[in-house]
Amino acid sequence: MPVNETIGAVAVVGGGIAGVQSALDLADMGFKVYLVEKSPAIGGVMAMLDKTFPTNDCSMCILSPKLVDCSRHPNIEILTLAQVTNIQGEPGNFKVDVHKKARYVDTDSCTACGDCTEVCPIEIPDVFEQGLVERKAIYKYYPQAIPNAYVIDKEGGPGYKGCIDCGLCTKACKVGCIDHSQEDVDMVLNVGAVILAMGSDPFDPKIKKEFGYNKFPNVVTSLEFERILSASGPYEGEILRPGDKKHPDKIAWVQCVGSRDKNIDQEFCSSMCCMYTTKEAVIAKEHEGDIDATIFYIDVRTFGKDFDRYVERAKEEHGIKYERSRISEIYQKKCGDLVIRYEDIEGELHEDTFDMVVLSIGLCMNKNRSAALKELGLDVNEYGFPLSNFSEPVALVKPGIFMAGSIVEPQAIPESVMQASAAAGQAAALLRDSKGTLVEPVPEYPERDVSEEEPRIGVFVCNCGINIGNYVDVKEVVEYVSTLEDVEYATDNLYTCSEDTQKGLVDIIKKNRLNRVIVAACTPRTHEPLFKKSLAQAGLNPHLFEMANIREHCSWVHTDKNRATEKAKELMSMTVAKSRLLEPIPKTTIDIEQSALVIGGGTAGMTTALSLADQGYETVLIEREDKLGGKLNEIRYNFEDTDLQRMLSDMQERITEHDSIELRLNTVIEEISGHVGNYEVKLADGDELVTGAIIVATGSSEHVPTSYEYGKDSRILTQLELEEMLSDLIPGDIQEGETFVMLQCVESREDDRNYCSRICCMGALKNALKIKELNPRAEVYVLYRDMMTYGFFEKYYKEAREKGVLFIQYDLEEKPDVKLGEQISVTVREPMLQEEIELNADHLVLSTGMDPVEGTFDVAKQLKVPLNQDGFFLEAHVKLRPVDFSTAGVFLAGSCHSPKFVNECIYQAQAAAARASTLLAEPELEAEPNIAVVDEDMCSGCKTCISVCPYTAIDSVTETIEGNEVTHAEVNEGLCQGCGTCVAACPSGAIDQKGFKDNQIIAMINALGACSRGVKE
Amino acid sequence: MSEEYEPSVVAFLCNWCSYAGADLAGTSRLKYPDNIRSIRVMCSGRVDPVFVLDAFKEGIDGVLVAGCHPGDCHYQSGNYKTNRKMLLLRRLLADFNIDPDRLRFEYISASEGQKFADVVTDFVSTLKKLGPNPVREECP
Repeated sequence: MPVNETIGAVAVVGGGIAGVQSALDLADMGFKVYLVEKSPAIGGVMAMLDKTFPTNDCSMCILSPKLVDCSRHPNIEILTLAQVTNIQGEPGNFKVDVHKKARYVDTDSCTACGDCTEVCPIEIPDVFEQGLVERKAIYKYYPQAIPNAYVIDKEGGPGYKGCIDCGLCTKACKVGCIDHSQEDVDMVLNVGAVILAMGSDPFDPKIKKEFGYNKFPNVVTSLEFERILSASGPYEGEILRPGDKKHPDKIAWVQCVGSRDKNIDQEFCSSMCCMYTTKEAVIAKEHEGDIDATIFYIDVRTFGKDFDRYVERAKEEHGIKYERSRISEIYQKKCGDLVIRYEDIEGELHEDTFDMVVLSIGLCMNKNRSAALKELGLDVNEYGFPLSNFSEPVALVKPGIFMAGSIVEPQAIPESVMQASAAAGQAAALLRDSKGTLVEPVPEYPERDVSEEEPRIGVFVCNCGINIGNYVDVKEVVEYVSTLEDVEYATDNLYTCSEDTQKGLVDIIKKNRLNRVIVAACTPRTHEPLFKKSLAQAGLNPHLFEMANIREHCSWVHTDKNRATEKAKELMSMTVAKSRLLEPIPKTTIDIEQSALVIGGGTAGMTTALSLADQGYETVLIEREDKLGGKLNEIRYNFEDTDLQRMLSDMQERITEHDSIELRLNTVIEEISGHVGNYEVKLADGDELVTGAIIVATGSSEHVPTSYEYGKDSRILTQLELEEMLSDLIPGDIQEGETFVMLQCVESREDDRNYCSRICCMGALKNALKIKELNPRAEVYVLYRDMMTYGFFEKYYKEAREKGVLFIQYDLEEKPDVKLGEQISVTVREPMLQEEIELNADHLVLSTGMDPVEGTFDVAKQLKVPLNQDGFFLEAHVKLRPVDFSTAGVFLAGSCHSPKFVNECIYQAQAAAARASTLLAEPELEAEPNIAVVDEDMCSGCKTCISVCPYTAIDSVTETIEGNEVTHAEVNEGLCQGCGTCVAACPSGAIDQKGFKDNQIIAMINALGACSRGVKE
Repeated sequence: MSEEYEPSVVAFLCNWCSYAGADLAGTSRLKYPDNIRSIRVMCSGRVDPVFVLDAFKEGIDGVLVAGCHPGDCHYQSGNYKTNRKMLLLRRLLADFNIDPDRLRFEYISASEGQKFADVVTDFVSTLKKLGPNPVREECP
């Protein structure tokens, strides 16, 4: 910890999902965040994706709430079109130079109405849409872009000019937010830490001439195909090939384009392409069931959680074909169809014709980018990615600078999100003394008591420039609203959201003693918080506010002005009806016990405890065994030559000596009750403790096989047993010709253990290389189904092949056969020879994968958190909440989530600690306002609500009233997330939802009913 | 009939997916019939069958309920529960002499502006074929 004072601000470089997650976590922990993004909007590549695997979630649906959170967070300042040019200083106090390009549009006053784009005469290929369509020189990066503002492209692209300064947009803009004379700005950010989350680059397939990209129009990249699939993409979700806009009937995907390719210095695996390709093929089939989809691949790398089942469904339910092959060439026929020439695994040559070919491009670090990293004083590896330490996976060699996302290594979203939280947590630990020093306190305004007042409604109808005014007669709407009961004030504004109108609104509320406010304008999803803030300033409870969406849901989608005006009037009548019945919702808070409990003392548990304690939180670490370390005790060596046992003893020492950690060995939990911020935990030894957050890190254990004669012969070992044996040997202990046969996927990726354990292929390689190191003339065979050497692990696969380890691929249908004798006979079908061969082994090594540890089920039951069908814990969301449970205040880390490596456990544990500390940062938590409330007198105690609640937020409570036992439901305010499902399910009408009450919604329906009858009769 | 019959439609849209999908239809300037008025709820799980019955009782001609796609629900499972409820409710509607096709449940995501517009267009044309809600005549 530096002695000097640290700066309580962090620069997060890169506004993709990793940067966004780091920014949100740090901001929630009480740090000022500068989010520096080089494009005009945050969101990164994830914003371009149609769906995400393996759940097929809509990418934008899950991402955009996070982007909106970023833009609203008082502690986050978003700098777009900005790039970091230099970082100087020391941990705790850096000066970060930022060059911010001119946007020519003021983001604060731009209302994103789009009038400017209408008149702009310049068309340029749309970068966001991968150049598949054109956009104007003044444009919004994408429809849901944050900041929600336009930008002018003055530069254009290769072969295209940008803005010509014609000034038409300036004339069209009603708010005057366009300024063509704006200039670039250089600024210096003073921060305590830096997180690099700039990602990596999509591989440019033009270099691979044999695939014909850029030459044949119907050869597209996987990113282009994402846009083609997207409902908001260039073809509105219709699958068309770019060449002639024809529907393709037969599509091929080509794997490993720019990955696992030593000819172009891209030897690593890009980790996510096998899965996104499967997803693209599945979604394409969902769009059009007749599409014939074939994936040409080397290995299907399904090493992540629930990936194997996803691919199996793709094969079995969607009929997607997987062809293990090498492609020599793609050429085009006259009609635009494409012929793929390939060699199958048995060495036979084939040709097949497709309507469209998708190249599954990997990620790379382009030369400029890695040069820039070097200029910042950072070391890079042979592929240009920044180097880090095994035990500090998100820390860079320069202290105080951290990294997250695909800048670390090519990887999928959950890993990026975990690293992002981890980096945030590490930065927070460094800056713990300056937490909260640079954030603005949220101003508190005294609230007027309106409970005794009759409704006095004020209505503000927005013209949105001409966006509403041209299609809806706003004056007529105002006139109509004025006639409605309880409306005391009604007016129209050019832009209701503009700063001066907001100031005026505060005065109008006060002067007219309004106690309900309605704004009829755009969507509440973006603007509601702004107006609610004005209500608070005027002394009104912010929940006395409603919006009527007469832009997105009316003026922008209808053409007949009279009818659109009628619709706007009816929407107003409905909104007034609800508004009349609005009630203030007092801000409620939940007390937070600012301490944590970590269950499990393995790598993940130890790391979580240390990370939390380093951030200043009292932490109890419990372990059921008599020592710390868990599985780490059994790992002797790794590829990176880390001294793992030393690492373990260092951690043990730090834990025992840390003032903020209470270690309890030989301890298990008896019972857990309570809710977020206040969990009551009873231990088996009778002790009780109260804690604000719980982190589950119970780990996994090597699967004990029952097949292949395991247990009957000492020459048959598991990989872990082999590792133990090898670690004691010295050169000479292994004889020349001594034969090791390793069998991968034993009792894995089939039947009831239908998952890949991620670590076994590397475990086999690691031990194979160890054997070759002990005696290069020993023989090692690895019988595998798919080599899962993802990311940078690929190089060890190559090294093993170079050192003479022999790899033989087998399929599930033709498993190797094992017979015991003087030697162990292993028979397997060799695909190239196309015949069975017999290997005589001195040792048979079984790679069996990992199981959840015994007792996982009990912990799940005590915490009421779910497990997946393989018995591993199930996180709140596989992509964006990888270390949270949906139960607030409970988190998970390490291999209890799914099998993983030690360094992966470390960053996941740091992430879990960071997520917990966003909760523990303040002594109280603001509760969700729109929660459910039970009317105890009406509740019959039937418990229907309990059965439908997704958050176990409702309890059944029995009380004795006047001698009678009465049972009723009770909502736990700490757990309720405000979905209202219980309200709709209650047969007695005893539950209601604040802000969405039954009578409020019924009033809207009745108002509409009256309008429609009135108009028609 | 001098004027073409214009049905009235109320739509219950979940905040996270379907309301956002309708917003996107707007941002993309897609055109669809102006017969629909939406009511925003946080989750489609909030939609009480009573709301639907009340709408029909009030003489409204069609009710659309839309939520996130399976697996996308912001609150995990509200969309499934509502789908089940609406399926059951459709069966009951016939007993009230209300054509079940007057109630429609759809999964509409935040990126499906086009689907929202298509659903509304299709629903309104169905309702035009069905004619006015028979309950309407009994309304005061």
